[in-house]
Amino acid sequence: MTTTTIFGFCAAVLVGLGLYGLIVNPQPLRKLLAFNLMGNGVFLICAVIARRGAAAGMGGDPVPQALLITAIVVAFAASALAVALMLRLSEETGACSLSSTRGEGD
Amino acid sequence: MLPTAPTIMPTAGASLLTVAVLLPFFGVLFGLLLGGRNAERVAWATIVLGVVTVLAISRSLLSTRAALIYHLGGWAPPLGIALRADGLSVCMMLVVAVVVAAVAVYAHADFSTPAGAREARGPFSFWLLLLAVWGSLNLIFVSGDIFTLYVALELLTFAGAPLVSLDGRGETLQAALRYLLFALAGSMFYLLGAFLLYGVYGTLDIALLASQIKAQPVTWAAAALMTAGLLAKTALFPLHLWLPPAHAGAPAAASALLSGLVIKGSWFLVLRLWLDVFPVTATPAAAQWLAAFGASAIIIGNCVALRQARLKLLIAYSTVAQIGYLFLMFPLVAALDASRLASGPVVTGGLLQVVSHATAKAAMFMAAGLIYATLGHDRIADLRGSARALPLTVTAFVLAGASLVGLPPSGGFVAKWLLLSGATATAQWWWMLAMLAGGLLTSAYVFIVMVRSLAPAPAGWTAKRRVSAYQQWAVMALAQCSFLLGFAVLLPIDIVQIGRTGAPP
Repeated sequence: MTTTTIFGFCAAVLVGLGLYGLIVNPQPLRKLLAFNLMGNGVFLICAVIARRGAAAGMGGDPVPQALLITAIVVAFAASALAVALMLRLSEETGACSLSSTRGEGD
Repeated sequence: MLPTAPTIMPTAGASLLTVAVLLPFFGVLFGLLLGGRNAERVAWATIVLGVVTVLAISRSLLSTRAALIYHLGGWAPPLGIALRADGLSVCMMLVVAVVVAAVAVYAHADFSTPAGAREARGPFSFWLLLLAVWGSLNLIFVSGDIFTLYVALELLTFAGAPLVSLDGRGETLQAALRYLLFALAGSMFYLLGAFLLYGVYGTLDIALLASQIKAQPVTWAAAALMTAGLLAKTALFPLHLWLPPAHAGAPAAASALLSGLVIKGSWFLVLRLWLDVFPVTATPAAAQWLAAFGASAIIIGNCVALRQARLKLLIAYSTVAQIGYLFLMFPLVAALDASRLASGPVVTGGLLQVVSHATAKAAMFMAAGLIYATLGHDRIADLRGSARALPLTVTAFVLAGASLVGLPPSGGFVAKWLLLSGATATAQWWWMLAMLAGGLLTSAYVFIVMVRSLAPAPAGWTAKRRVSAYQQWAVMALAQCSFLLGFAVLLPIDIVQIGRTGAPP
């Protein structure tokens, strides 16, 4: 089993754990952490792809590495926006939960 | 590893595409720098220039009758990034420009900085986010590269989520957060699919991918991941749970943007992928699934809309239902392509459905906003008197509703006609049933609202607030765009079909 295969499996496990957490956890902060876990899994897959594409004396294919940096920045901005929304929500309502207190359609 | 050099060369005059994308973002930056009430002025200047740019792009598309292609920085794919505008993209850019301009006219009353204040958070954010939504949508329409599309999708989400919670109440913040989490999960799925495609084919360019793609398990996995992610962002049933609170809770102008335009961005991407990138995997059997979700959305969304007590929630659930129509075209296109028949009319029908829904739904949300301002509430049971107070607005609401139902000569009529003909030609009667049942249910709730608002007002009733005439005219103009869109079939050329790739020989 090569290194890239091992890392590929690790990435799959991360994505699975993250997705499970995102669906199962009711608290928004935990959902956000789970989203980041899933994101890290996806980024690891990208890194594995970069490594597999090593050619012409380079340690890896540079294109996925450039994509990776961009994707990490975007995911970071997304997390920051979500945290800002959560802070505002807890300032307004005194709690940070997604369960609505009122019935649908009223 | 790298594919051979592309055969697609940049075309002259295509640099306008970069202007269409960059202009709104420059507007955002200038608005942010100048601050305060200048944000609205900057937004207006940008909108005027942006509309002119989009018109120039359509002119050059019509004169060359071929897709416009621009290579950023002169770098050709696979390493460089290509911007590409075919008939589909230009139609979408046109309708977005029209809706953005109408929403801006409408929002001038609701979102002008109050006199005496140097800066108010609501208006300041609204004008900048309006431009950001526009820029990201334009990027989605012209982008020729699946990773740039990911970035554009995320930009659209970042501009859309704050629009939901502009008024800062707890429940709208909750709705915005739920929307954001759905959208983020969706974009991760999309990104995973994009990386898998790069891992196998070594390119991200749509045209190059289309020429190399093969039917194999990894392609199916990537297609499934990307589609699932985009469906969560488009709010197709059963991933629609975030939409009604988000679209019904936002201020009227923001709801019009979100419901009319923002969800169309991710839908457009599904269309792009299924028509241009994955023609080999978009088999009729796979497309049946997509349309099955669409048909369930039509039936369930309409039934739930009928049970709503508040006008804005009714319109939001009607959006859930109308999204379903947008996905009925996929099995029709797949079946027509499989039997080597022309799928062009069905694609045109799907696009007309998007255009008529974008204009009609924006008009309906803005009309609901005016009714709310006049009555002080939007309970459907107590709408009486609103037609007397706001004749123009209620007429616009009903015209927009007629377009959703599909009465001639509206855009919805032509769209449903083309889709129904496609369903007949490919003997897929079950989708015809869903379309016709959906039309009936839609007419039921439009009729309920019309009857309630035509009832006379109780004696001694006065309007809570007078709304400006130009707001009513903005609503009417959009409703007319949707209602008279049916005359687009009289145009001498089918703009949608210009420069379409991916159609099998």
